[in-house]
Amino acid sequence: MKNVILPELGEGIEKALVACWHVNVGERVAGDDDLVELVTDKATFNVSADVSGIIREICVGKGQEVSIGEVLAVIEPLNL
Amino acid sequence: MIIQEKTACCVKDLGLMDYEQVYVQQKQYVDRLLNGSVQALLLCEHPAVLTLGRMTNESNIFVDEKGLMKRGIGVHHVDRGGDVTLHAPGQLVIYPILNLAYFGRDIHNYLRQLEQVAIDLLESFDIVADRIFGRTGVWIGKKKIASIGIGVRKWVSFHGLAVNVNMDLSLFSIIKPCGLDIEMTSLSEIKQETISMEEVKRRTIKCFFRNFYLEEASD
Repeated sequence: MKNVILPELGEGIEKALVACWHVNVGERVAGDDDLVELVTDKATFNVSADVSGIIREICVGKGQEVSIGEVLAVIEPLNL
Repeated sequence: MIIQEKTACCVKDLGLMDYEQVYVQQKQYVDRLLNGSVQALLLCEHPAVLTLGRMTNESNIFVDEKGLMKRGIGVHHVDRGGDVTLHAPGQLVIYPILNLAYFGRDIHNYLRQLEQVAIDLLESFDIVADRIFGRTGVWIGKKKIASIGIGVRKWVSFHGLAVNVNMDLSLFSIIKPCGLDIEMTSLSEIKQETISMEEVKRRTIKCFFRNFYLEEASD
C-alpha cells in the first residue's frame, strides 16, 4: 500500500483545507492523475497519485483541515 | 554562490477577453508546460466579472444574481485560493504559467514574488507600494491596488495577479473585495491621470521577467 501525503507547500504553510476530491474509493488511477484539491488562504494545490493503482482509502473529507505530512489517501499500487 | 540559469517563458497578450476563454487558455498552457513546452505569461483585461475563489463567503457579494445580470456582470466559481474579486476593463490581469520547481516549490515565496512584481511596477511610476503582513496583495497605505489568487497543479502555477490601472473603482462597491472591509485604489487614482495600459503591460513584463529571472521565448 502507498500512502499519499500532503507535501511541504512552502515556508510557514502548515495546514490546508480539502476543497474537493477528484476520485472515489475503489477507483483506478494513473500516476499523474490529480486526486485531491487542497486550499490555503490564497492558493489551491492539487496532489497527484504518483503511482498507478486503486484508491483503497480516503482519509480526510471535504472541508477538513490537514497538516503537512498527513496521509490523504491510501493507494494499492498496480501495474496498469 | 549558486548561479541559477534563466528559464524560458513566452508572453501572450490576449487583450480584452472573456474570463472563460482565458481560463481555457490557462489550462492549455498548463498542459503544454507539463508536456515539456515553455512557461508562459498571459496578460489581459476582462469584461466585468466576479470570480469566486475557494474561500469565498457568498455574503461578501451584495447584489443578487438578477442584479448582476442587469449590470452585465458575469459570475464564475473558480479553482483559485482567496475570496470574491472583481475584474473589469482597465484592470490588468496576469496569469503566469510557471514551473514552480524552478523557484523552490514554495507557494508562500511565489505569492511574495508576485507581490514584488506589482511593487516594482508601481515603483516605476514613482508610487511607493507595500505588503501588509497576513494580507496577501499590494497596498498603498490602507488601500489595495493589486490582488492575488493562485492555483498550483503538479507545481505548475495558474491564476495570478490583478492590478487596478484605469478601472471604474465604483464597481467594487458590489462586493467585499477578498472578504475584507477595505477600499480599493488604482494607478490612475493615485496619479490623477489616465495611464496607458500598453505602457503598464510593457513595464509589468519587464518586472516579471526580472523577478523570476526569465528569458523570453517564442510561443
